[in-house]
Amino acid sequence: MAPIGWSGDSNAMQLRISIQDGAPIYQQIVEQVKYLVAAGRLKPGEDVPPIRVLAEQLRINPNTVARAYLELEREGVVTMRQGFGTKVVQVKTLLSRREKLRLLAEPADMLLTHAHHLNVELDEVITLLRDRDAVMQPESSK
Amino acid sequence: MKFPSPSSAEAVVAISNLSRHFGAKAALEDVSVFVPRGSVLGLVGENGAGKTTLIKHLLGSLKAQTGNVRVFGLDPVLDPVGVLGRVGYLSERRDLPGWMRVSEFIRYSQAFYPGWNEAYAAQLLEQFQLDPTQKIKTLSQGQQAKAGLLTSLAYRPELLILDEPSSGLDPVVRRDILEAIIRTVADEGRTVLFSSHLLDEVERVADYVVMLQRGRVVLNGRTEEVRRDHISAVLVFAEPPAKAPVLAGAHAISGHGSEWRVLFSGSRLELETAATQIGARVVEELTPTLDEILVARAARKGN
Repeated sequence: MAPIGWSGDSNAMQLRISIQDGAPIYQQIVEQVKYLVAAGRLKPGEDVPPIRVLAEQLRINPNTVARAYLELEREGVVTMRQGFGTKVVQVKTLLSRREKLRLLAEPADMLLTHAHHLNVELDEVITLLRDRDAVMQPESSK
Repeated sequence: MKFPSPSSAEAVVAISNLSRHFGAKAALEDVSVFVPRGSVLGLVGENGAGKTTLIKHLLGSLKAQTGNVRVFGLDPVLDPVGVLGRVGYLSERRDLPGWMRVSEFIRYSQAFYPGWNEAYAAQLLEQFQLDPTQKIKTLSQGQQAKAGLLTSLAYRPELLILDEPSSGLDPVVRRDILEAIIRTVADEGRTVLFSSHLLDEVERVADYVVMLQRGRVVLNGRTEEVRRDHISAVLVFAEPPAKAPVLAGAHAISGHGSEWRVLFSGSRLELETAATQIGARVVEELTPTLDEILVARAARKGN
Protein backbone atom coordinates (compact mmCIF):
# COMPACT_ATOMS: atom_id res chain seq x y z
CA MET A 1 0.00 0.00 0.00
CA ALA A 2 2.40 2.68 -1.23
CA PRO A 3 1.39 6.29 -0.60
CA ILE A 4 0.85 8.57 -3.58
CA GLY A 5 3.95 10.14 -5.02
CA TRP A 6 6.28 7.32 -4.04
CA SER A 7 7.94 5.53 -6.92
CA GLY A 8 8.31 2.47 -4.74
CA ASP A 9 11.98 2.00 -5.52
CA SER A 10 13.26 0.73 -2.19
CA ASN A 11 16.84 0.72 -3.48
CA ALA A 12 16.79 4.47 -3.80
CA MET A 13 18.15 5.12 -0.33
CA GLN A 14 20.05 2.62 1.75
CA LEU A 15 20.77 3.91 5.23
CA ARG A 16 22.33 2.18 8.19
CA ILE A 17 21.32 3.02 11.71
CA SER A 18 23.61 2.17 14.59
CA ILE A 19 22.34 2.12 18.16
CA GLN A 20 25.94 2.07 19.43
CA ASP A 21 26.55 5.41 17.71
CA GLY A 22 26.51 8.34 20.12
CA ALA A 23 24.49 10.43 17.65
CA PRO A 24 20.67 10.30 17.93
CA ILE A 25 18.97 8.21 15.23
CA TYR A 26 17.31 11.23 13.56
CA GLN A 27 20.71 12.88 13.25
CA GLN A 28 22.21 9.75 11.70
CA ILE A 29 19.47 9.89 9.04
CA VAL A 30 20.08 13.60 8.42
CA GLU A 31 23.84 13.08 8.03
CA GLN A 32 23.49 10.06 5.77
CA VAL A 33 20.91 11.68 3.48
CA LYS A 34 23.17 14.73 3.20
CA TYR A 35 26.06 12.42 2.40
CA LEU A 36 24.04 10.66 -0.32
CA VAL A 37 23.12 14.03 -1.84
CA ALA A 38 26.73 15.23 -1.67
CA ALA A 39 27.92 11.99 -3.28
CA GLY A 40 25.33 12.28 -6.06
CA ARG A 41 23.56 9.08 -5.09
CA LEU A 42 20.41 11.12 -4.42
CA LYS A 43 19.71 13.65 -7.14
CA PRO A 44 17.63 16.83 -7.11
CA GLY A 45 13.98 16.04 -7.81
CA GLU A 46 14.36 12.47 -6.59
CA ASP A 47 11.99 11.12 -3.95
CA VAL A 48 13.15 9.96 -0.55
CA PRO A 49 10.99 7.13 0.88
CA PRO A 50 7.76 8.09 2.69
CA ILE A 51 8.13 8.32 6.48
CA ARG A 52 6.30 5.08 7.12
CA VAL A 53 8.28 3.13 4.52
CA LEU A 54 11.65 4.25 5.86
CA ALA A 55 10.54 3.64 9.46
CA GLU A 56 9.61 0.05 8.67
CA GLN A 57 12.72 -0.47 6.57
CA LEU A 58 15.02 0.71 9.37
CA ARG A 59 12.75 -0.63 12.15
CA ILE A 60 12.61 2.71 13.89
CA ASN A 61 9.93 5.07 15.17
CA PRO A 62 8.16 7.00 12.34
CA ASN A 63 8.27 10.10 14.55
CA THR A 64 12.07 9.88 14.35
CA VAL A 65 11.98 9.73 10.53
CA ALA A 66 9.54 12.66 10.47
CA ARG A 67 11.91 14.61 12.68
CA ALA A 68 14.86 13.83 10.39
CA TYR A 69 12.88 14.94 7.31
CA LEU A 70 11.81 18.14 9.06
CA GLU A 71 15.44 18.86 9.88
CA LEU A 72 16.48 18.10 6.29
CA GLU A 73 13.76 20.45 5.06
CA ARG A 74 14.88 23.14 7.50
CA GLU A 75 18.41 22.78 6.17
CA GLY A 76 17.10 23.01 2.61
CA VAL A 77 18.08 19.49 1.53
CA VAL A 78 14.56 18.22 0.83
CA THR A 79 11.12 19.69 0.37
CA MET A 80 7.96 18.11 1.74
CA ARG A 81 4.62 18.59 0.03
CA GLN A 82 1.41 16.93 1.10
CA GLY A 83 0.52 14.26 -1.43
CA PHE A 84 3.72 14.68 -3.44
CA GLY A 85 6.15 13.07 -1.06
CA THR A 86 9.51 14.37 0.03
CA LYS A 87 11.92 15.37 -2.70
CA VAL A 88 15.58 16.25 -2.82
CA VAL A 89 16.08 19.88 -3.87
CA GLN A 90 18.94 21.76 -5.49
CA VAL A 91 20.95 22.28 -2.33
CA LYS A 92 23.35 24.73 -3.94
CA THR A 93 20.82 27.47 -4.57
CA LEU A 94 19.01 27.33 -1.25
CA LEU A 95 21.51 28.31 1.40
CA SER A 96 23.48 31.50 1.61
CA ARG A 97 27.23 31.07 1.59
CA ARG A 98 27.43 32.32 5.18
CA GLU A 99 24.76 29.85 6.31
CA LYS A 100 26.60 27.01 4.60
CA LEU A 101 29.88 27.91 6.28
CA ARG A 102 28.11 28.21 9.62
CA LEU A 103 26.76 24.66 9.23
CA LEU A 104 30.25 23.41 8.38
CA ALA A 105 31.99 25.09 11.32
CA GLU A 106 30.93 22.49 13.88
CA PRO A 107 32.11 19.36 12.00
CA ALA A 108 35.27 21.28 11.07
CA ASP A 109 35.97 21.97 14.75
CA MET A 110 35.43 18.31 15.52
CA LEU A 111 37.83 17.24 12.78
CA LEU A 112 40.47 19.70 13.97
CA THR A 113 40.10 18.48 17.56
CA HIS A 114 40.60 14.88 16.45
CA ALA A 115 43.59 15.89 14.33
CA HIS A 116 45.10 17.78 17.25
CA HIS A 117 44.74 14.79 19.59
CA LEU A 118 46.32 12.53 16.97
CA ASN A 119 49.19 14.97 16.33
CA VAL A 120 48.20 15.39 12.67
CA GLU A 121 49.32 18.67 11.13
CA LEU A 122 46.81 21.05 9.51
CA ASP A 123 48.47 20.61 6.09
CA GLU A 124 47.94 16.86 6.31
CA VAL A 125 44.28 17.38 7.23
CA ILE A 126 43.80 19.60 4.18
CA THR A 127 45.45 16.98 1.96
CA LEU A 128 43.16 14.35 3.49
CA LEU A 129 40.09 16.49 2.70
CA ARG A 130 41.18 16.80 -0.95
CA ASP A 131 41.70 13.02 -1.15
CA ARG A 132 38.30 12.27 0.38
CA ASP A 133 36.65 14.77 -1.95
CA ALA A 134 38.17 12.98 -4.93
CA VAL A 135 36.77 9.67 -3.64
CA MET A 136 33.30 11.14 -3.07
CA GLN A 137 32.90 12.83 -6.49
CA PRO A 138 29.91 11.40 -8.35
CA GLU A 139 30.75 9.40 -11.49
CA SER A 140 29.18 11.99 -13.79
CA SER A 141 31.43 14.88 -12.74
CA LYS A 142 34.72 12.97 -12.95
CA MET B 1 3.92 16.98 13.00
CA LYS B 2 4.16 18.04 16.65
CA PHE B 3 6.59 16.77 19.22
CA PRO B 4 4.64 16.99 22.44
CA SER B 5 6.35 17.15 25.81
CA PRO B 6 5.87 14.26 28.25
CA SER B 7 3.95 16.48 30.67
CA SER B 8 1.51 17.50 27.94
CA ALA B 9 -2.02 18.01 29.22
CA GLU B 10 -3.49 15.92 26.40
CA ALA B 11 -1.52 12.85 27.48
CA VAL B 12 -3.25 9.57 26.62
CA VAL B 13 -1.73 8.05 29.75
CA ALA B 14 -1.33 10.24 32.82
CA ILE B 15 0.01 8.69 36.01
CA SER B 16 0.60 11.14 38.84
CA ASN B 17 2.39 10.33 42.09
CA LEU B 18 1.26 6.73 42.07
CA SER B 19 2.34 4.56 45.01
CA ARG B 20 1.47 0.94 45.57
CA HIS B 21 2.43 -1.38 48.41
CA PHE B 22 1.99 -5.13 48.63
CA GLY B 23 2.10 -5.67 52.38
CA ALA B 24 5.32 -4.05 53.56
CA LYS B 25 6.87 -4.12 50.09
CA ALA B 26 6.71 -0.95 48.04
CA ALA B 27 6.04 -1.99 44.43
CA LEU B 28 5.63 1.57 43.14
CA GLU B 29 6.78 4.70 44.93
CA ASP B 30 5.63 8.16 43.81
CA VAL B 31 5.62 7.30 40.11
CA SER B 32 4.61 9.92 37.53
CA VAL B 33 4.51 9.00 33.84
CA PHE B 34 2.86 10.82 30.94
CA VAL B 35 2.50 9.46 27.43
CA PRO B 36 1.53 12.07 24.81
CA ARG B 37 -0.80 11.06 21.99
CA GLY B 38 1.00 9.63 18.98
CA SER B 39 4.18 8.73 20.81
CA VAL B 40 5.90 5.55 21.94
CA LEU B 41 7.02 5.14 25.52
CA GLY B 42 9.43 2.38 26.51
CA LEU B 43 9.30 1.17 30.09
CA VAL B 44 12.55 -0.41 31.21
CA GLY B 45 14.06 -1.81 34.38
CA GLU B 46 15.11 -5.07 35.93
CA ASN B 47 12.67 -7.86 36.75
CA GLY B 48 10.64 -6.84 39.78
CA ALA B 49 11.24 -3.12 39.24
CA GLY B 50 7.48 -2.48 39.01
CA LYS B 51 6.82 -2.43 35.24
CA THR B 52 3.98 -4.98 35.26
CA THR B 53 2.45 -3.43 38.39
CA LEU B 54 2.39 -0.08 36.62
CA ILE B 55 0.74 -1.60 33.55
CA LYS B 56 -1.90 -3.33 35.70
CA HIS B 57 -2.94 0.08 37.00
CA LEU B 58 -3.51 1.25 33.42
CA LEU B 59 -5.76 -1.73 32.72
CA GLY B 60 -7.76 -1.16 35.89
CA SER B 61 -6.79 -4.48 37.41
CA LEU B 62 -5.08 -2.65 40.27
CA LYS B 63 -6.55 0.38 42.02
CA ALA B 64 -4.29 3.31 42.87
CA GLN B 65 -3.61 3.33 46.63
CA THR B 66 -2.26 6.86 46.44
CA GLY B 67 -1.94 9.05 43.41
CA ASN B 68 -3.86 9.19 40.21
CA VAL B 69 -4.16 7.06 37.07
CA ARG B 70 -5.93 8.31 33.95
CA VAL B 71 -6.16 6.72 30.52
CA PHE B 72 -7.89 8.90 27.87
CA GLY B 73 -8.73 11.09 30.86
CA LEU B 74 -10.75 8.23 32.41
CA ASP B 75 -10.20 6.22 35.58
CA PRO B 76 -9.61 2.63 34.39
CA VAL B 77 -11.01 1.22 37.66
CA LEU B 78 -14.26 3.22 37.51
CA ASP B 79 -14.72 3.00 33.75
CA PRO B 80 -13.17 -0.28 32.54
CA VAL B 81 -15.42 -0.46 29.47
CA GLY B 82 -14.55 3.10 28.40
CA VAL B 83 -10.85 2.37 28.74
CA LEU B 84 -10.39 -1.27 27.72
CA GLY B 85 -12.50 -0.90 24.58
CA ARG B 86 -9.88 1.51 23.27
CA VAL B 87 -6.78 -0.34 24.48
CA GLY B 88 -4.96 -3.21 22.81
CA TYR B 89 -3.06 -5.29 25.33
CA LEU B 90 -0.55 -8.10 25.04
CA SER B 91 1.22 -9.56 28.04
CA GLU B 92 4.29 -11.69 28.42
CA ARG B 93 2.08 -14.41 29.86
CA ARG B 94 -0.11 -14.90 26.84
CA ASP B 95 -3.06 -16.54 28.59
CA LEU B 96 -4.80 -17.63 25.42
CA PRO B 97 -7.50 -20.31 25.48
CA GLY B 98 -5.45 -23.29 24.29
CA TRP B 99 -8.47 -25.42 23.38
CA MET B 100 -9.72 -22.94 20.76
CA ARG B 101 -8.72 -22.98 17.14
CA VAL B 102 -7.11 -19.78 15.80
CA SER B 103 -10.29 -18.94 13.85
CA GLU B 104 -12.47 -19.50 16.94
CA PHE B 105 -10.17 -17.36 19.05
CA ILE B 106 -10.44 -14.56 16.48
CA ARG B 107 -14.27 -14.78 16.43
CA TYR B 108 -14.33 -14.90 20.24
CA SER B 109 -12.12 -11.79 20.53
CA GLN B 110 -14.13 -10.01 17.84
CA ALA B 111 -17.27 -10.28 19.98
CA PHE B 112 -15.75 -7.93 22.58
CA TYR B 113 -14.89 -5.09 20.23
CA PRO B 114 -17.44 -3.22 18.13
CA GLY B 115 -14.62 -1.55 16.18
CA TRP B 116 -13.19 -4.87 14.98
CA ASN B 117 -11.77 -4.58 11.47
CA GLU B 118 -12.28 -7.89 9.67
CA ALA B 119 -10.20 -6.95 6.65
CA TYR B 120 -7.29 -5.94 8.87
CA ALA B 121 -7.61 -9.14 10.93
CA ALA B 122 -7.49 -11.19 7.72
CA GLN B 123 -4.46 -9.24 6.55
CA LEU B 124 -2.64 -9.85 9.85
CA LEU B 125 -3.56 -13.55 9.76
CA GLU B 126 -1.87 -13.84 6.40
CA GLN B 127 1.09 -11.66 7.31
CA PHE B 128 1.73 -13.64 10.51
CA GLN B 129 1.31 -16.91 8.57
CA LEU B 130 -1.13 -18.36 11.09
CA ASP B 131 -3.20 -21.43 10.24
CA PRO B 132 -6.81 -20.64 11.30
CA THR B 133 -7.65 -24.33 11.77
CA GLN B 134 -4.84 -24.99 14.24
CA LYS B 135 -5.52 -25.33 17.99
CA ILE B 136 -3.85 -22.58 19.99
CA LYS B 137 -2.15 -25.00 22.37
CA THR B 138 -0.33 -26.64 19.43
CA LEU B 139 1.15 -23.31 18.27
CA SER B 140 4.77 -22.41 18.98
CA GLN B 141 5.59 -19.63 21.47
CA GLY B 142 6.16 -17.25 18.58
CA GLN B 143 2.89 -18.14 16.84
CA GLN B 144 0.96 -17.74 20.10
CA ALA B 145 2.50 -14.29 20.49
CA LYS B 146 1.40 -13.44 16.95
CA ALA B 147 -2.13 -14.72 17.61
CA GLY B 148 -2.28 -12.56 20.75
CA LEU B 149 -0.91 -9.59 18.83
CA LEU B 150 -3.46 -10.08 16.05
CA THR B 151 -6.39 -9.87 18.47
CA SER B 152 -4.94 -6.81 20.23
CA LEU B 153 -4.39 -4.96 16.93
CA ALA B 154 -7.45 -5.92 14.85
CA TYR B 155 -9.74 -3.29 16.36
CA ARG B 156 -7.12 -0.59 15.77
CA PRO B 157 -6.88 0.47 19.41
CA GLU B 158 -5.98 4.07 20.20
CA LEU B 159 -3.50 2.84 22.80
CA LEU B 160 -1.40 -0.30 22.50
CA ILE B 161 0.06 -1.65 25.75
CA LEU B 162 2.62 -4.43 25.48
CA ASP B 163 4.16 -6.02 28.57
CA GLU B 164 7.48 -7.63 27.60
CA PRO B 165 6.07 -8.59 24.19
CA SER B 166 9.40 -9.96 22.91
CA SER B 167 10.19 -12.04 25.94
CA GLY B 168 11.46 -15.49 24.98
CA LEU B 169 10.77 -15.03 21.27
CA ASP B 170 13.05 -15.52 18.30
CA PRO B 171 14.35 -12.56 16.26
CA VAL B 172 11.84 -13.05 13.42
CA VAL B 173 8.82 -12.79 15.73
CA ARG B 174 10.45 -9.91 17.60
CA ARG B 175 10.76 -8.16 14.26
CA ASP B 176 7.03 -8.65 13.59
CA ILE B 177 6.21 -7.17 16.98
CA LEU B 178 8.51 -4.21 16.39
CA GLU B 179 6.89 -3.60 13.00
CA ALA B 180 3.45 -3.76 14.62
CA ILE B 181 4.53 -1.02 17.02
CA ILE B 182 5.89 1.06 14.13
CA ARG B 183 2.68 0.67 12.09
CA THR B 184 0.57 1.54 15.10
CA VAL B 185 2.28 4.89 15.57
CA ALA B 186 2.44 5.53 11.85
CA ASP B 187 -1.38 5.50 11.94
CA GLU B 188 -2.12 9.07 12.93
CA GLY B 189 -2.58 9.63 16.62
CA ARG B 190 -2.09 6.13 17.96
CA THR B 191 -0.03 5.68 21.09
CA VAL B 192 2.12 2.83 22.37
CA LEU B 193 3.41 1.96 25.83
CA PHE B 194 5.62 -1.10 26.02
CA SER B 195 7.90 -2.65 28.58
CA SER B 196 11.01 -4.48 27.49
CA HIS B 197 14.37 -5.60 28.67
CA LEU B 198 15.67 -5.51 25.09
CA LEU B 199 17.14 -2.06 25.24
CA ASP B 200 18.16 -1.85 21.60
CA GLU B 201 14.49 -2.28 20.64
CA VAL B 202 13.52 0.47 23.06
CA GLU B 203 16.17 2.70 21.59
CA ARG B 204 14.91 2.10 18.07
CA VAL B 205 11.23 2.79 18.59
CA ALA B 206 10.69 4.72 21.83
CA ASP B 207 10.22 8.50 21.77
CA TYR B 208 10.36 8.49 25.56
CA VAL B 209 11.94 6.13 28.02
CA VAL B 210 11.08 5.60 31.67
CA MET B 211 13.42 3.56 33.82
CA LEU B 212 12.06 2.02 37.00
CA GLN B 213 14.24 0.78 39.81
CA ARG B 214 12.72 -0.86 42.85
CA GLY B 215 9.43 0.92 42.19
CA ARG B 216 10.90 4.36 41.64
CA VAL B 217 11.35 6.34 38.43
CA VAL B 218 15.09 6.89 38.07
CA LEU B 219 15.07 8.16 34.48
CA ASN B 220 12.29 9.77 32.49
CA GLY B 221 12.69 11.72 29.26
CA ARG B 222 13.18 11.70 25.53
CA THR B 223 15.24 8.64 24.63
CA GLU B 224 18.07 10.60 23.08
CA GLU B 225 18.16 13.10 25.96
CA VAL B 226 18.36 10.33 28.53
CA ARG B 227 21.40 9.05 26.65
CA ARG B 228 22.91 12.49 26.19
CA ASP B 229 22.68 13.16 29.95
CA HIS B 230 25.19 10.37 30.50
CA ILE B 231 28.85 10.06 29.53
CA SER B 232 30.85 6.89 29.23
CA ALA B 233 34.42 8.06 29.83
CA VAL B 234 37.90 6.73 30.37
CA LEU B 235 39.86 8.34 33.19
CA VAL B 236 43.64 8.22 33.42
CA PHE B 237 45.31 8.68 36.79
CA ALA B 238 48.81 10.06 37.14
CA GLU B 239 49.19 7.83 40.21
CA PRO B 240 47.36 4.49 39.90
CA PRO B 241 44.87 4.40 42.80
CA ALA B 242 45.23 1.53 45.31
CA LYS B 243 41.51 0.71 45.15
CA ALA B 244 38.55 1.59 42.90
CA PRO B 245 38.30 5.38 42.85
CA VAL B 246 35.14 7.17 43.95
CA LEU B 247 33.82 9.85 41.61
CA ALA B 248 30.87 12.12 42.39
CA GLY B 249 28.08 11.59 39.81
CA ALA B 250 29.44 8.20 38.66
CA HIS B 251 27.08 5.23 38.43
CA ALA B 252 29.69 2.61 37.78
CA ILE B 253 33.45 2.55 37.63
CA SER B 254 35.57 -0.36 36.49
CA GLY B 255 39.17 -0.98 35.54
CA HIS B 256 42.56 -1.31 37.18
CA GLY B 257 45.93 0.40 37.31
CA SER B 258 45.86 3.91 35.90
CA GLU B 259 42.90 3.56 33.44
CA TRP B 260 39.28 3.36 34.62
CA ARG B 261 36.01 3.42 32.69
CA VAL B 262 33.24 5.38 34.30
CA LEU B 263 29.55 5.93 33.54
CA PHE B 264 28.78 9.46 34.62
CA SER B 265 25.58 11.49 34.64
CA GLY B 266 26.10 15.18 34.10
CA SER B 267 27.81 17.54 31.69
CA ARG B 268 31.33 17.24 30.25
CA LEU B 269 32.47 20.15 32.37
CA GLU B 270 31.14 18.51 35.53
CA LEU B 271 32.91 15.28 34.61
CA GLU B 272 36.21 17.08 34.04
CA THR B 273 35.88 18.96 37.34
CA ALA B 274 35.07 15.78 39.25
CA ALA B 275 37.96 13.93 37.59
CA THR B 276 40.46 16.68 38.37
CA GLN B 277 39.42 16.57 42.02
CA ILE B 278 40.53 12.93 42.30
CA GLY B 279 43.73 13.40 40.31
CA ALA B 280 42.57 12.02 36.97
CA ARG B 281 42.07 13.36 33.48
CA VAL B 282 39.43 12.38 30.93
CA VAL B 283 40.87 10.78 27.80
CA GLU B 284 37.75 9.43 26.09
CA GLU B 285 34.10 10.47 26.13
CA LEU B 286 31.25 8.59 24.47
CA THR B 287 27.47 8.71 24.60
CA PRO B 288 26.53 5.39 26.22
CA THR B 289 23.71 3.16 24.99
CA LEU B 290 20.58 2.70 27.10
CA ASP B 291 21.82 -0.79 27.85
CA GLU B 292 25.06 0.54 29.34
CA ILE B 293 23.11 3.11 31.37
CA LEU B 294 20.70 0.51 32.77
CA VAL B 295 23.48 -1.93 33.66
CA ALA B 296 25.56 0.79 35.34
CA ARG B 297 22.60 2.08 37.35
CA ALA B 298 21.56 -1.43 38.35
CA ALA B 299 25.10 -2.30 39.45
CA ARG B 300 25.21 0.60 41.90
CA LYS B 301 22.37 -0.93 43.90
CA GLY B 302 24.83 -3.31 45.58
CA ASN B 303 26.92 -0.45 47.02
